[in-house]
Amino acid sequence: MVPGRAGAAVILADALNRVPEGLTEAMALVDGLDDALVHGLGRPDESHLSALANLAAVFAGSPLAEPVNEAVGKIEAGSVTDEHLLALAGARCALLGAAHDALLAGLDQALSRTRSELVALAPRRSAPAGVRSWLRELAITGWRGVDHEIAAAGARAVPGLLEDPQYRRLAVLVDGLAAELRAAAPVATQPQVPARRWADLWARALLTAQADVPVSPVNGRFLILGADLREHPTAFQVQVHGLLESGAEVRLARTSLTAAKVDTITGASVWRLLEDFPVLLTALAKHQSVELTGMPQTAFGDLLWDDSRAVAGEVTDPFATARVRLGGAVAASVAPLERHPAAILEPVLLEGYQTGEGRIDLGGAVLDVDPLPAAGPITPAMVAASSACIGLLRHDTGGWSVRPLAVQALVRKKPVEAHTGDWALGPTEPKAAKAEALAGAAVEVLRERAGRLLRK
Amino acid sequence: MQQTDPVRRSTAPQVPPVHPRKLNKVPFVEFSDGRLQGVVSSGSDVTRVYVSSISAGDHGLDCSTNNNRPCGGLGASPCKHIQSLLAEAENQFGSARVARYLGIEVAEGGGLLGGLHPVRAKGQAAEVFSSFLRHLAYLELPVSVEPLSEMQWFPAGPVQL
Ligand SMILES: [Zn+2]
Repeated sequence: MVPGRAGAAVILADALNRVPEGLTEAMALVDGLDDALVHGLGRPDESHLSALANLAAVFAGSPLAEPVNEAVGKIEAGSVTDEHLLALAGARCALLGAAHDALLAGLDQALSRTRSELVALAPRRSAPAGVRSWLRELAITGWRGVDHEIAAAGARAVPGLLEDPQYRRLAVLVDGLAAELRAAAPVATQPQVPARRWADLWARALLTAQADVPVSPVNGRFLILGADLREHPTAFQVQVHGLLESGAEVRLARTSLTAAKVDTITGASVWRLLEDFPVLLTALAKHQSVELTGMPQTAFGDLLWDDSRAVAGEVTDPFATARVRLGGAVAASVAPLERHPAAILEPVLLEGYQTGEGRIDLGGAVLDVDPLPAAGPITPAMVAASSACIGLLRHDTGGWSVRPLAVQALVRKKPVEAHTGDWALGPTEPKAAKAEALAGAAVEVLRERAGRLLRK
Repeated sequence: MQQTDPVRRSTAPQVPPVHPRKLNKVPFVEFSDGRLQGVVSSGSDVTRVYVSSISAGDHGLDCSTNNNRPCGGLGASPCKHIQSLLAEAENQFGSARVARYLGIEVAEGGGLLGGLHPVRAKGQAAEVFSSFLRHLAYLELPVSVEPLSEMQWFPAGPVQL
């Protein structure tokens, strides 16, 4: 290891071990609200009322003070309206936003990562009445009170949302939450409730306001670092992280493709849903850079991918990109409502570490390794045998973890390398290819049925 | 290092991915409205499908075509469509989840089918069929290139409960 890198590793480990001032207190307030939501705001008991009062107290003197105080008072008196819920969700969002900022600032400092100026946004529209009434019912009943009927009510709102592209975000979110509630119903019989997760999704759905994000065309070379894969029963998303090189400037950039799907399409077959994006998929599978001309990009660093504005460039090793260019790259600012500790996904190159069971030990800081997706070739064994990893640093449950996007390892004395996007054009490993061929037929069967039944 | 309190974890999806299975025979299976229900292809006619259901608890069976003609094969015992529905539900969700939902007590060495104590019941064929159409409609939606940052809460991979 080069001395400079060793120094950087120590600085990073220090940052990962440091708990920002006020973080514990902020999260305790969030937990208080989350626990009240487990029980239900319709009939709060003393402990929940005092948790809500603590939440209100911390906003004294801020613009949120009055609405939060009023909400807490009304809940105590037994009435819950959408305005009150919005105030509580807003308070929760503000606390988590502050926690996010403190954590990210520490990380940016350790990585010497500069970030562009914050962009202000004016929200335009909020959730439609059908969704708001479901969210209100959930809050009043509490997660513990969710039965099959309330769980199913959420999914019923989705087809209407899907008809309007403006509500696609909300549809994806409500569908994901409703599927979890359906699978857990009746929740009263579950040993535990994922209180923070469901409160996150609930608050997000309530606050999801479509805003006009400034978009401008960019030119340059997109150097891919790796792909982060996300999936729930009715959606698959690949988020590609990379560097955008235009002139002398290098910036971190992302692009996300989200396909609607059904639960029976899963595993490596999900890539088939993105076949209309051959340039990006090929670049992922073959480790190519991509030349962009007039590609729209939001002020928050998201490229709104248009395959016709992209041309495959030369083969480029993501590890070389990470080693040479990632250090000085400028990161985008984070949109106001996106600020949440669990939304931190910072691309990093980790090297010279030790591995343990599901862990990467940086020497001073130990990172849990996230679960690995079935749609890519990286296995826990490869991570355990790895010596270098491109990953996303994440913060959850009060600690840092890493989600590997690529690893370099020695397996039976042979160097191997694997990237989550390697199977974008189909699995390259014979056993996985065979399984995919079998499962992938599902996509064709369902498309054929859809063609016959929906378009006759 | 992480504390591993699942109650305070944001990004642990709660629904395990289903097992991939062949969809030709039974393209659609769902748990809904207190029933295991789904759509079963007719062996002989590509334009015809059967809508079959088994109710949770009392194991009420129903099977009819999508045009509401009763299935000729359904008598006191399950027709072949209901047998296929149950077998494919088992492939997709695993037998434990199916048995739990329907309230089937599986005898040692016995299958789910053997644990059914069926009666005839009226299912909701029209609703099941429209549910299938809504299911198919997902595949008609265009890919979105918007950031859709909500998906950050749903990392792909095995479920950690
Ligand atoms: Zn039948």
